Amino acid sequence: MIARLTPLWALAALLALWELAVALLKIPASQLPPPSLIVATLYAQAPQLLDAAATTLGEALLALALAGAGGVALALLFSLSPLLERAFLPVAVALQVTPLIAVAPLLLIYLEPRAAVLACAALVAFFPVLSNAAAGLRGADRGLVELFRLKGASRAAILFRLRLPSALPSIFTGLRIGAGLALIGAVAAELAAGAAGQGEGLAFRIVEAGYRLKVPTMYAAVLLLCLCGVALYGVLAGLDRILLRRWRDEPDV
Amino acid sequence: MTASLFQIINLSLTYPGRAAPAISGLDLTVRRGETLCLLGPSGCGKSTLLRLVAGLERPTAGAISWAGAKPGVGFVFQEPNLMPWADVAANVALPLRLAGMSRAEAAPLVAAALARVGLKGQERALPRQLSGGMKMRASLARALVDEPELLLLDEPFAALDEITRWELNDALQDLRSGVTILFVTHSVFEAAYLADRVALLRANPGALHELVTLDKAPARGAALRASPAYAQTCAGLSEKLRKAMEAK
Repeated sequence: MIARLTPLWALAALLALWELAVALLKIPASQLPPPSLIVATLYAQAPQLLDAAATTLGEALLALALAGAGGVALALLFSLSPLLERAFLPVAVALQVTPLIAVAPLLLIYLEPRAAVLACAALVAFFPVLSNAAAGLRGADRGLVELFRLKGASRAAILFRLRLPSALPSIFTGLRIGAGLALIGAVAAELAAGAAGQGEGLAFRIVEAGYRLKVPTMYAAVLLLCLCGVALYGVLAGLDRILLRRWRDEPDV
Repeated sequence: MTASLFQIINLSLTYPGRAAPAISGLDLTVRRGETLCLLGPSGCGKSTLLRLVAGLERPTAGAISWAGAKPGVGFVFQEPNLMPWADVAANVALPLRLAGMSRAEAAPLVAAALARVGLKGQERALPRQLSGGMKMRASLARALVDEPELLLLDEPFAALDEITRWELNDALQDLRSGVTILFVTHSVFEAAYLADRVALLRANPGALHELVTLDKAPARGAALRASPAYAQTCAGLSEKLRKAMEAK
């Protein structure tokens, strides 16, 4: 229990140091607000900020769902047709290595800000789901694949009764990585939209507060984004632990 | 003279991209109801031969000629190869379910197969809750559940400790009535214990070196393992195996 609380102690120490440094060095809040002011700002502007956080988190979640469904579906297709995989995997890789921040302004030309943010977030979350799902489908127990063949199982039966369940842990890993990336993607697109004076969401609030030199508000929004990321990761890690307990080679607790 | 189940005729297999054949010009007749052990050094193609019989590999030359229609085949691999997300019952039921049987129809057959391998009442257990020996028993039950005429075992107990291995050999002895067993092993002791006949293979390329018929064992279990006749069989087989390994 004490060991598990260690990160919290470290965090508390850092925050105390920050608070103390700002007070002792008399740094103005417009440059570096102390943690206490950031929390106070968050509290004071809670309605707007939480609203914005809900928007961003909602976008990220919807994008993750789209990327998850699309990534798994494409991985299943790849598994059925190696030709398709050879043809389209390079395209997916090229899409993945393109810096997203460069694509976001383009998307904003064609799409409404809301849709552009969603597309942007889904695009970045898509690849880790696809590649992890594809690897998981390929990685099914060879002996079991042969046993299925020996017993005359169809390709579809092998895919859905063996490869897909075998791949679930990998798919979850992909979703966990994708969740973090979806949030980053949503923020990048919101920043681009914010630069054009459009949009909503937390990143947009950061841009807006930046224009008005409201540094404590910027920090409060960043803090909320951080909490969103942690919550997203935590929920997925928890689901993984509950749903995939059977897959893990661990004794029951 | 018992009727043959199938005949292996001049069978050869060269894996794609390899210069040397894994198996070259092998002839062997397998009799209905016998337990035939394939014994030999690593690289002698004994696993390959088993996979060819199962139809998991296609020969480059030669053929396997079945007396009648190809019978149902049960296969046990070196690993238990159980589905970790499925309980023992679902794992054992797999061949039946793939053949289109419902879970309810399969249940009594699964229970019977589990009882035969000594896993009675373990239907709800998950693979990770089982010991290595119990996993192998489940794998054996899965191979038996659809009552195959031919049981192919590819060094199934090689990774188990000695005592567990003996227990599983005993279990296999009890299962052999009415089924033809092809058993790959590199253990002289296992072959001497289980086999009616032993096919000694040599390596580079894999080929049949000698076919040895063993005297029908009058006992089983510890009584057989402690008997002078068993020790003599083991010594004889070891000598022949040594010769097969030296042969070029």
